[in-house]
Amino acid sequence: MSQEQILSSDGIPLEESLKKAERKNKLKAVLLVAPLFLFILIIYVFPIGDMLFRSVDDRMITKMLPKTFNAMEKWDGKDLPDEEVYKGLYDDLTYLKKNKTYGKIIARLNYEKSGFSSLIKKTVRKINKFEEGNYKEQFIKVHKRWGKNEYLVALKNTAPNWSYAKYLKGMDRKFDQDRNIIQVEEDRRIHKILWLRTLNVAFWVTIFCFVLAYPISHLLATLPMKYSNLLMICVLLPFWTSLLVRTSSWMVLLQQQGPINDLIVWIGLAADDNRPELMYNVIGTFVAMTQILLPFMVLPLYSVMKTISPSLMRAGKSLGGTPLVSFVKIYFPLTIPGIGAGCLLVFILAIGYYITPALVGGASGSLISNTIAYHMKSSLDWAFASALGTMLLVGVLAIYWVYNKLVGIDNIKLG
Amino acid sequence: MALPNHTPLNYRIWHYTYLTFCGLVFFFLIAPLFVILPLSFNAEQYIHFSAKMLALDPEGFSLRWYEDMIYGTKNPWGLATKNSLIIAFFATIGSTILGTVAALGLSSRHMPYKAAFMALLISPMIVPLIISGTAIFFFMAKVGLAATHTGIILSHIILGTPFVVITVTATLTGFDHSVTRAAASLGSNPVNTFMKITLPLIMPGVISGALFAFVTSFDEVVVVLFLAGLENTTIPIQMWVGLREQLSPTIMAVATCLIIMSTLILVSAELLRRRSERLRGINQ
Repeated sequence: MSQEQILSSDGIPLEESLKKAERKNKLKAVLLVAPLFLFILIIYVFPIGDMLFRSVDDRMITKMLPKTFNAMEKWDGKDLPDEEVYKGLYDDLTYLKKNKTYGKIIARLNYEKSGFSSLIKKTVRKINKFEEGNYKEQFIKVHKRWGKNEYLVALKNTAPNWSYAKYLKGMDRKFDQDRNIIQVEEDRRIHKILWLRTLNVAFWVTIFCFVLAYPISHLLATLPMKYSNLLMICVLLPFWTSLLVRTSSWMVLLQQQGPINDLIVWIGLAADDNRPELMYNVIGTFVAMTQILLPFMVLPLYSVMKTISPSLMRAGKSLGGTPLVSFVKIYFPLTIPGIGAGCLLVFILAIGYYITPALVGGASGSLISNTIAYHMKSSLDWAFASALGTMLLVGVLAIYWVYNKLVGIDNIKLG
Repeated sequence: MALPNHTPLNYRIWHYTYLTFCGLVFFFLIAPLFVILPLSFNAEQYIHFSAKMLALDPEGFSLRWYEDMIYGTKNPWGLATKNSLIIAFFATIGSTILGTVAALGLSSRHMPYKAAFMALLISPMIVPLIISGTAIFFFMAKVGLAATHTGIILSHIILGTPFVVITVTATLTGFDHSVTRAAASLGSNPVNTFMKITLPLIMPGVISGALFAFVTSFDEVVVVLFLAGLENTTIPIQMWVGLREQLSPTIMAVATCLIIMSTLILVSAELLRRRSERLRGINQ
């Protein structure tokens, strides 16, 4: 024995007793975090998982036409299917008619291929008159589309339990007859415009916020405390004020008979009867979102600038640098962490903005969030809303990940 | 910021341009809020500055929209205020307790996977509200809590906790753990130590987190839009509904009240922040 083991007062080796204490502390910390963790897991993380699940879930129709799809498994889709498939379809549709639940499959099938709506309705109406045997002929007699391969192929295509068709729709793409992914018709490519507009608005709002926030953060950080505290109120009061209040004040300012338009007319930039539209378009969205998100840029910039010693700039000057050179070579590089934090935060918040674009944006200023809300509340296409939500979420989480790497999530500054 | 006498002219110009620009930005930030105040006292039905108002004629001003807010027929604001306060109160308590306890664990140096947990617990603040709203709506509908106060309160607890976690962990950085050890060595049990030593020291962080949670809940509209039935309407919902129809002076009156409230909250938050910095010995 080269080294004697150190024992603690109760005779246990020190190393072991230390480890035990560490384990106990670790357990204590985990137990403290556990309640919130579980709460968030159950009421937040699982529901978001459920949303992902809904966006690909296509089991409704599979469950409603079980015999049809069962019979279709053997069918290669080249020629018209056998009697067996029509028999299955007959059984399924009779059952659905009896329970009056065929409405749901009409919407789903018509989405797959237009023309299914009248086809199913007509067939269901006449299905009671069908006679035993030779269903194929009777189906085709009711509606000739049952004799067209394309409709039956479309029907077969809805068989799988899972479908990523909603994601394709979110990217203005769809499946054609042979399950190839193609772009939708030129005039129906609305989602691409929406995504681009959302990115565009988020990008420019971030830039505007940065340009406006940098000088005032610098001023706040360099002024003597008694003045800067006073000016800080200008930043913090909007920050604490209700979002709807701030949006409504922009609605007052930007309306056609509002103060800003009055000013424009008074200066003579526009005629009184030809006042520019400042609201219900993308201008309104830009202006209001910039003002609303500005504090989120100022606060991280300010907290970084606060730590930069003024003597650095003086040293730069004393070594012969002009103010511009000292700024570019010394001050600006030191503020980059704050710039990163502010820009990422503003971009993340802007990309998912809903209330302000909905109120001041009009049709040409609405963003992807507004479309999600539309599909949730009006068109009730929840699967599509979920798919769009998931796409947005992936984007936001990617930026959040970068933010966490660059800034560290615990460095978020709140006032 | 007076410039020294020997400053060259071009620096002078540059300096004053900079100050003017800053002045304009501060104006841009704060002025929109002050547009609302006079309009809420408008005697007319329209949301714009009437000639009488601009002439400061007393006849141009009235309190009728405040009357309408409080006594108006079919008035939604009473129920909305009651609901907002109930929901915000319970959501604040829930977020503050859960958030503070979690922050204590997260600040411990023994906590494993600290960064990952932190990122997860903060995420409700980062994820767009429309996504949170959608997901929470599906969940609440499934468990039968849609259109109930409970459902809204639970979702607001989720949205409020990140703020509490952030403010309390911020207060706990620089927290001197030897004081709790001292308490333990003097025979205090952990609960007693927490109540008597730790909590008073981190109180400013807890209260400012609670203020954030309160404001978040009180101001939240997206999730409530998905979850609320007619009975659960809140102030933001009523404002949202009103703003979508048309700008009415009554909304300006409500907005004025909300601005006054946020001013009060701002003042208390600022005082707390300074007290916290003093307590932690951070010199300004």
